[in-house]
Amino acid sequence: MSNQKTAAPNRRDILFVATGAATAVATGAAVWPLIAQMNPDASTLALASTELDISGISEGQIVTVKWRGKPVFVRRRTKKEIEEAVNTPLAELPDPQPDSARVKKPEWLVVVGVCTHLGCIPLGHEGEFDGWFCPCHGSTYDTSGRIRSGPAPSNLEVPQYSFLSDAKIKIG
Amino acid sequence: MGAVERHQATPPRQDWSFAGAFGRYDREQLRRGLKVYRQVCVSCHSIRLLAFRNLGEKGGPELSQGEVEALAATYKITDGPNDAGAMFERPGRPSDRFPPPFPNEQAARAAFNGAYPPDMSVLAKARGYARGFPLFLLDALPGVSYQEHGVDYIVALLGGYADAPNGVTLPPGQFYNIYVPARRIAMPPPLSDGQVSYDDGAPATAAQYAKDIAAFLMWSAEPHLDERKQIGLRVVLFLIVFAGLVYFTKRKIWANVEH
Amino acid sequence: MSGHSTYTPKSAFARWLERRLPLLSFIHASFVAFPTPKNLNYFWTFGAILSFMLVAQILTGVVLAMHYTPETTLAFNSIEHIMRDVNWGGVLRYAHASGASMFFLAAYIHMFRGMYYGSYKAPRELLWILGVILFLLMMATGFLGYVLPWGQMSFWAATVITNLFSAIPYVGNAITTWLLGGYSVDNPTLNRFYALHYLLPFIVAAVVGLHVWALHVVGQNNPTGIEVKDEAKETVPFSPHATLKDSVGLVLFLVLYAWLTFFVPNYLLHPDNYIEANPLVTPAHIVPEWYFLPFYAILRAIPNKLLGVIALFASIIIVAALPWLDTSRVRSAVYRPAFKKLFWVFVAACLGLGYLGAQPAEGVYLIAGRILMAYYFFHFLALMPALGKIEKTSPVPDSIEEACRAASAARADAAKKAKAHA
Repeated sequence: MSNQKTAAPNRRDILFVATGAATAVATGAAVWPLIAQMNPDASTLALASTELDISGISEGQIVTVKWRGKPVFVRRRTKKEIEEAVNTPLAELPDPQPDSARVKKPEWLVVVGVCTHLGCIPLGHEGEFDGWFCPCHGSTYDTSGRIRSGPAPSNLEVPQYSFLSDAKIKIG
Repeated sequence: MGAVERHQATPPRQDWSFAGAFGRYDREQLRRGLKVYRQVCVSCHSIRLLAFRNLGEKGGPELSQGEVEALAATYKITDGPNDAGAMFERPGRPSDRFPPPFPNEQAARAAFNGAYPPDMSVLAKARGYARGFPLFLLDALPGVSYQEHGVDYIVALLGGYADAPNGVTLPPGQFYNIYVPARRIAMPPPLSDGQVSYDDGAPATAAQYAKDIAAFLMWSAEPHLDERKQIGLRVVLFLIVFAGLVYFTKRKIWANVEH
Repeated sequence: MSGHSTYTPKSAFARWLERRLPLLSFIHASFVAFPTPKNLNYFWTFGAILSFMLVAQILTGVVLAMHYTPETTLAFNSIEHIMRDVNWGGVLRYAHASGASMFFLAAYIHMFRGMYYGSYKAPRELLWILGVILFLLMMATGFLGYVLPWGQMSFWAATVITNLFSAIPYVGNAITTWLLGGYSVDNPTLNRFYALHYLLPFIVAAVVGLHVWALHVVGQNNPTGIEVKDEAKETVPFSPHATLKDSVGLVLFLVLYAWLTFFVPNYLLHPDNYIEANPLVTPAHIVPEWYFLPFYAILRAIPNKLLGVIALFASIIIVAALPWLDTSRVRSAVYRPAFKKLFWVFVAACLGLGYLGAQPAEGVYLIAGRILMAYYFFHFLALMPALGKIEKTSPVPDSIEEACRAASAARADAAKKAKAHA
């Protein structure tokens, strides 16, 4: 068959190409479900939101709730903590973001409690910036959940959430 | 083995929108069936594998998101424990499954003289029956395939009540029904004309209710049937074309071999 | 695996690899240059189809295992979770369940083909025995898998089959208890069945390796039953000739498989298996999967527990003895007119046993079952040895080449006649 290389494509070549292409399509179509089945299933996707009553949370307290299997920190910040967060110059931040972009009401900080380095859960009210300290590799976060020192590349993630009322928030 | 008339009768075959390779569920019928379930069956039968969110999925009754949420909220779901360590009730959410009418099988049996109303989630598939040789050979064939034995059985059963013939005495709490094994059943006739009001113009008769609830139960047992058949048509068509391509390629390759 | 080592590595990497691990030349010799008799018919494509089905079952099985829970209170629900919530779950589960049936269908065709063309005869006895071992492993795997959905049929199949072992004198009950991990089918049983169901397919794959190795040592049989004499004239290279022919058979087989999976997936499943296992209630009709029915009929034909179990196992083991039970010096049924007829009688007896296996074990069914069972063993133990001695065979051609020439001459003749007729 190799000596036909120079000849113009004839019917035989087209047939071979078509069969080869169909084989590739068939293989792809058969393999796709085997791969796609590992994506989150419908029951997991349906559990995408969590509601939390925040009326019982006192100033300075951090409450942890589970959302999509991960902890979410809901922190009722003190005046001092809010001031610290607002007054930090952006230039000092590895991942610059103003505090106002990270909260809906200054009193309430809602962040996903997963260190952006390698996924450990940081400890609250620890570390030199009064925010969080990750025990695994020493990343420290401030009172706005922003990364200040250590190996973590970015700020604690702010999940999608909304205030259903003054006393209730919905995460997700 | 008892006398011949003690054997159950064969359910008559019904016309279903979802039968055959091109068959799809009738959305309006599923909505009516849902209504029958919620107004009649729900007092005794659980449907524990069905989630409220399923009602909004494609190929089902296809309620809107708002309708699903509103419907879910009418059910009380036990959740917890809360911070005080107690279980509590809250309105249902789309991600919840239909709560059972009884907390467990024993409670249901206690309420029904020892009879247990079966869970309805996959009932339409569990109630299939074999047609025997040689008819069963036809049941698989394209064009004449018959896979709706279980749904037909449910329709037949719901309309199969009759007065017990002379000479047959039923134990208390049992009803005569020609389609169930041994011709007796603990479930009282559940459907009567006018019991559920339809707003889509379908007749409000027991016969219509029976068909609608059976279709709804088929969907509950096989919620992805529409999608599966759609994919199947593409797969089979592709394979037939593919078979042709491979065959002619093979002929080319073998053209110079005498065999 | 033997074959021509005509392979010459072309790229630098291939040469590098070839000096360290001659993988490419091995593949080339076994699956490219391997000489294949040119007169194989489409019944010979079932070997490739079976290989495909094994891979398909392993792949779908592994992904189903990612969502299945082998625990008695969760197993049934986890199957329904797969059917309802998992992406492509319904298709994958039905493909796996239908796949078992298609696998057995292909295996039976493959086995009957071997019987018809005498593929078990010397020097292919070991190849045949490895095939019987594969069949036994497949049966075990199929049975174990059937238990996993934890429906009523799963539970009672597990109960009945494990109780077969209680027929063994003295130690039977102890063995059954050991198999179950308790006094009845329960969570320990489900757990170990799951572990074994996951393990066995890989053992099947290993034995398939031996089966193919043995095949490549002795070479393929062919419809004439005559050994290859002139490799240049009578064989074609495995690739592309045999691979393409196998592909044609495979794709046609896949049409059937797809039809079963997508349009009638519950056709071969039992409705009672959609009822969760209940140790206190046995379903009114318990019937094994269709591929076990002939053996089930043999089990029930004998009104004695131990003898029934012995007959069941004997009916499978006896197949392995076929190379020695068949005394004929002619291999293929093509040249054995009497055997050809008796072969089809045997096929009919097997189908008849299959039909009876699904009927209630009473009255006329039971009597018919006994007659067919007796015939089954008569075929192996009396007909096969005797026929080889007394049968008058038709003349066997000298070579495959001669048989091919005769066949194409006959074809041309028939075509000419048809033309003259028109």
